Amino acid sequence: MPRRHPEEAAFPPRARFPSRPRPPARTRPPRRSGLLSRTRLPLYARIARYGFRRHSAYRAAALAGAFTNTVFGILRAYVLIALWQARPGLAGYDVADAVTFCFLSQAFIGPMQLFGGGLQLAERVRGGDIAVDLARPASLQAWNLADDLGRAAYLLLLRSVPPTLVGAALFGVVFPADPAVWGFFAVSFLLGVIVSFGWRYLVALSSFWIVDDRGTQSLSLVLMMFFSGMVLPLNLFPGWLGALAQSLPWAAMVQIPADVYLGKRDVPQALALQLLWAAALLALGALATRAARRKVVVQGG
Amino acid sequence: MVRTYLLLAWTWLRASAQYPIPMITMALGSFVLNGLDVAAIWVIFEHTDALGGFGLAEVMFLYGAAGVSFALADMLFGNVDRLSQHIRAGTFDAVLIRPASAFVQMTTDRFGVHRFGRMAQAAVVLGIALPQLDLEWGRAWMIPVMIVCGLVIFTSIFTLGGALQFLLTDAPEVANAFTYGGSTLTQYPLTVYGGDLVKAVTFIVPLAFVNWQPGLYVLDRDDPFGLPHWLRFAAPAAALILALAAALAWRAGIRRYRSTGS
Repeated sequence: MPRRHPEEAAFPPRARFPSRPRPPARTRPPRRSGLLSRTRLPLYARIARYGFRRHSAYRAAALAGAFTNTVFGILRAYVLIALWQARPGLAGYDVADAVTFCFLSQAFIGPMQLFGGGLQLAERVRGGDIAVDLARPASLQAWNLADDLGRAAYLLLLRSVPPTLVGAALFGVVFPADPAVWGFFAVSFLLGVIVSFGWRYLVALSSFWIVDDRGTQSLSLVLMMFFSGMVLPLNLFPGWLGALAQSLPWAAMVQIPADVYLGKRDVPQALALQLLWAAALLALGALATRAARRKVVVQGG
Repeated sequence: MVRTYLLLAWTWLRASAQYPIPMITMALGSFVLNGLDVAAIWVIFEHTDALGGFGLAEVMFLYGAAGVSFALADMLFGNVDRLSQHIRAGTFDAVLIRPASAFVQMTTDRFGVHRFGRMAQAAVVLGIALPQLDLEWGRAWMIPVMIVCGLVIFTSIFTLGGALQFLLTDAPEVANAFTYGGSTLTQYPLTVYGGDLVKAVTFIVPLAFVNWQPGLYVLDRDDPFGLPHWLRFAAPAAALILALAAALAWRAGIRRYRSTGS
């Protein structure tokens, strides 16, 4: 499996954000029209937009990722098809559901950043750039969340759509007819991205305490891969392991959004669980940010 | 060449030992992460007795044999997939002017102990699967042969992926589809996959010779796809041809290389 998204290691991040909110009226440049004009957008929306645009610079890398996700989707689909042909109706899925689940999980890899990373935080802690981030008159966590949502939106377009379309062409995937399902799925997907951010933010913050975060990253990768449903759908897990896996935060990243899409899960309950984990992880992240502010040692000079 | 390789690998190992805690957690992480694939196979066999006509021990044997080959290739030569990072950062220029082979320098780059994790995991699986197979020991000689051939095949694919990065410097992840994708493909008996895909991995990218064709001989099984019987002894030839192609591609890549100039 690919270990790290190429762009993180390859392009040392240098955010191109303005250092603070624009100064008030008089020095402000003439107002431009249009919804996305920079003067009208609040700070965090603007950061999300910059996150989107920064990632759009690496289009080839994103398309290469989509290609790889598609190849893996095809290989995994064959394995699931073999299993469901041996055991039709297993875990409440039919063959088409299983194939759909497989390609959806591949499509989630980019936006939910299931192999970890996606945030430049850890690298900025190591490099000392974090001092600048902490001095900004904005919340470190909200800033990173906004940036991450921009990233997820871009990768949704480039890394999620192609595998799903190829899967539909080769094996046929389920497309819900009910527009309400699409609406619920959109909400569930967004919550999934937020839970994923909440988790990755905590992992990245660990680099305030452990300078080299590669160890924490690799442990996080194990948890994310296995308990999200990436390796196998969680409803195949036997007994207590399945019950446990379904209620952990990682389920909110793949299994729950996919089940909402397939109409296999009570929607209010599913969204409530995702919301709960999103709130819990963001709250933990806020506490950890506070502790990190006191802890920070900027290296170098 | 071997001496240079060992010297550089040892140097990088000593460097990574300067940070012992990340080193240990990474080795453990790699061990557990690859263990997840076994967990997946185990979960599948909780629900069925046979996958693609093969039982649990047979699937674990195929998995373990391919896993050991891939882990060895990944540990010894897998770092070549970091080539595009060096090209973009301009550090590949420095590699080229040093008095050592570029290939050796690239494959030892950041050689770390964590890569033993994968190796250990695959070896454990193979060690557990073999005694449960009830093998005919006259056929066991094929097992080391297939592991060596698999090592050569995966190394060639890593090298081809590296050579591809001279062309696709901005999209190195394409190579992952073939290297890690090849590893994923060989984890299951090929009967799971469609007939066209199996022909492609027999005659185009010879992944079928990593563990499938020789494995059929070890397990004394008929080829479910009805391919000729002699193919199960063809692994060394396939490995050699692919290695030759990879060497040519690597040379062509180095010749074609132009510095970013930064």
